[in-house]
Formats: sequence, C-alpha cells, structure tokens
Amino acid sequence: MKNIKVLGTGCANCRTTVALVEAVAREKGVEISLEKVENLPDIMSYGVMSTPGVVIDGQVVHAGGVPARSKVEGWL
Amino acid sequence: MNVSVVDKTASAKLTWWLIGIGLGGVLWIAVYSQLTALADAVVSAVGLSRGTHLGEAVHFFLYDTPKVLLLLTGIVFVMGVIQTFFSPERTRALLSGKQEGIGNVLAATLGIVTPFCSCSAVPLFIGFLSAGVPLGVTFSFLISAPMVNEIALVLLFGMFGWKVAALYLGMGLLVAIVAGMVIGKLRMERHLEDWVQKILAGQVAQVNGEQLSWLERLQAGGAHVREIVGKVWPYVLVGIALGAGIHGYVPEDFMASFMGRDVWWAVPAAVLLGVPMYTNAAGIIPIVEALIGKGAALGTVLAFMMAVIALSAPEMIILRKALRPTLIATFAGVVATGILLVGYIFNWLL
Repeated sequence: MKNIKVLGTGCANCRTTVALVEAVAREKGVEISLEKVENLPDIMSYGVMSTPGVVIDGQVVHAGGVPARSKVEGWL
Repeated sequence: MNVSVVDKTASAKLTWWLIGIGLGGVLWIAVYSQLTALADAVVSAVGLSRGTHLGEAVHFFLYDTPKVLLLLTGIVFVMGVIQTFFSPERTRALLSGKQEGIGNVLAATLGIVTPFCSCSAVPLFIGFLSAGVPLGVTFSFLISAPMVNEIALVLLFGMFGWKVAALYLGMGLLVAIVAGMVIGKLRMERHLEDWVQKILAGQVAQVNGEQLSWLERLQAGGAHVREIVGKVWPYVLVGIALGAGIHGYVPEDFMASFMGRDVWWAVPAAVLLGVPMYTNAAGIIPIVEALIGKGAALGTVLAFMMAVIALSAPEMIILRKALRPTLIATFAGVVATGILLVGYIFNWLL
C-alpha cells in the first residue's frame, strides 16, 4: 500500500489535488493511504517551495500546482 | 520500440500545437486590429448613438471587453510557457549566495517571470532563506512577484502605450529593489517566528527539477490560460462594466477636482484606500482607464492600483505564520512608502 501525502496550506489547488489522487486511486483500484499535511513546519521539512506538493512513501514527486492526471496515473 | 511510438505521438501533438498557435495568432491579430470598427458596428446596429451617455458606455464596454480578453489570453499563454523555464527551485539556485544589491536587482527581475501564488508565499520565503538567500533579497522577490504583474504590464501597454508600461515596470522594480535593501539593512532576521529560525539552522532538503519537453511547455501555457483566464474573466467584466459606467456618465474633468495632480493628499489617500482592497490587475485596469479619461492624475491612479495588487490583507495573514508583526508592519510600511513616492513621481513627470 502506498502512503501518499499532499502538502498544502488549504488553498483550492491543494483540495483539487487531494480529490484527483483519490479519484485516480479509486478508478485504478489501487489501495492508498492518503494524508493531508497542512502544518507549515511539516510542509517545509520536505523542502517543498511551492504548494501543493505530493510525497509518496517519503519521496517528494511533485511540487507547485495541481499535477496532470497522467502524472498521477503514473505514480499509482 | 515503445519509446519511438511515444515519440511519434508526442511530435504529432507538438505539430498540432504549433499549427494551432499559428492560426490562433493570425486570428488574434485580425480581431485586435478591428476592435473599434466592431464596437462601432454593434453600437449602431442596436440603434445607439455615440453622442449619448448610454451609447458611450456601451461602446466602451464593447470595445474594452474583447480587447482586454485578447490581451489577457495572449500574455497568459506566453507567460505560462516562460514560467516553465523559471521554477521556484531554479530561481532560488540563481539567487543563493548573491550579495545584497545585485541580489536585490536579480530577485526583483526574477519575480516577474517566476510562477507565484500568494498561498505559496511562506514555503517560498523559507525555501529561499534556507538556501542562503539574504532576507532583504528574498523580500525584493516577494514584493516584485505580485506587484510587477505581467497582466498589468500588458494591459497598461494596450491602453496607454509603451511609455506608461515602461514607467510602471521601472518604478515597480525600483520599489521592490529599494524596499528589499531597506529591509535587509534593518537586520530583521530575529523577527521571524521561532519555527522558521529552527528550520533555517537545519538541513535543506533537495528536490530535483524535472526536464520538460517543448510539448509540455506549450501544454503548460494552455493550462495556464484555462486556469487564469477561467478565474479572472468575471472580475474583468465587472471592472469593464464599472469603467464603462464611469466613462459614459461621469462628467469630463470631474475627477480632476479630487484625483488631479494638484491635489497633494490624493496619492496617500489612494494608497490607504487600496491596501484593504484586493482584486487582480485584470479587473482594476479598465477602472483605471476610465478614471484617467475623466481627469484623474496617472500617478494617483497607479499608486491606487499598485496598493491594491501588491499589498493585500490575505497575503499578510498568510505571511503572519512565519513573520512576527514587527516584520510584517515594516514590510507593509516600506512598500507603501515606495508606492507613495511612485505616485508623486508619476504626477510630477507626466
């Protein structure tokens, strides 16, 4: 099971990203544990400078803006 | 085998994008060159005369709406592509280790082309500081990014010509550079929140940048248009409608009495009024255009516009998470002073 974290302070793009990851996971039937990280010090500990960022199993795979759907499909 | 198939579809897509951009560009120029004729035709078709208040207001609306939307779409697409070359990570790498002075100039300039959203202001701020970018240089970037706005620049160019656009660009950069240098000189690092200081003392995590193809850059431009134009068009319409009302119904020189260049208190009043207001550049420029047409002084109106887009309450609330009140107040005070000076200089020059 993949552990996915979406980093973001709660802006519209962050919510869109969470919804997108959820939708793609459901579509592909991949089991994930999705977590939203809103606490700024925690976000910063990943070294991400532009939100939303996406972390999979502790690895930053995306930063800045809503990721493309094809990109999310590639992760799962 | 698989790779070459992927390459083929990508290059076919790229060809389609290039054809689309070519056709779109031709159509864009064709429509843009006929705007007055189009507005004239529609106004007379519905039986209005340009001599009347209503006729003038409707004409302003019909002329400005396609003009602003065309300029907006064009610049947003171009900026979407340019921004793929300047990720925040790249900008940070360019700025780290730079001295104050030259660093401030570079930061303010990069602020124009680096993608920036006020919801990312804090991560960006800390990311810069933790890579060794000095506090004052970081502020130059943070001030320039929203204030020297490419949308404002292109709309000013479209409505008032290149001289006003160039003055706006130069003055905006100057405010960002000088304000950053002043904040740097004040040595305000201790006014960062504790958790920020703790991070700065620790290690920097590295994120590797991605290599993008031209197809992806063009697609990013397209996505940028959908995102920005899709979001701001209602503001634009409201702004143009307000501007049209002012243009049609407010008497000539009405604004001169309290927004003219001889009214010394107009500039500070405009800045004070602008700070709590928040809208985007695309919505405010049609209003600016109409006010100037009625005798308002350009410097006063530009000061108002800069205050509205550069100093916003939402951004300060976000920054408050990382900055203590003293530093926020200094930031707002220094930028407001800069805008004030810009307003007076414009009024005095033009």
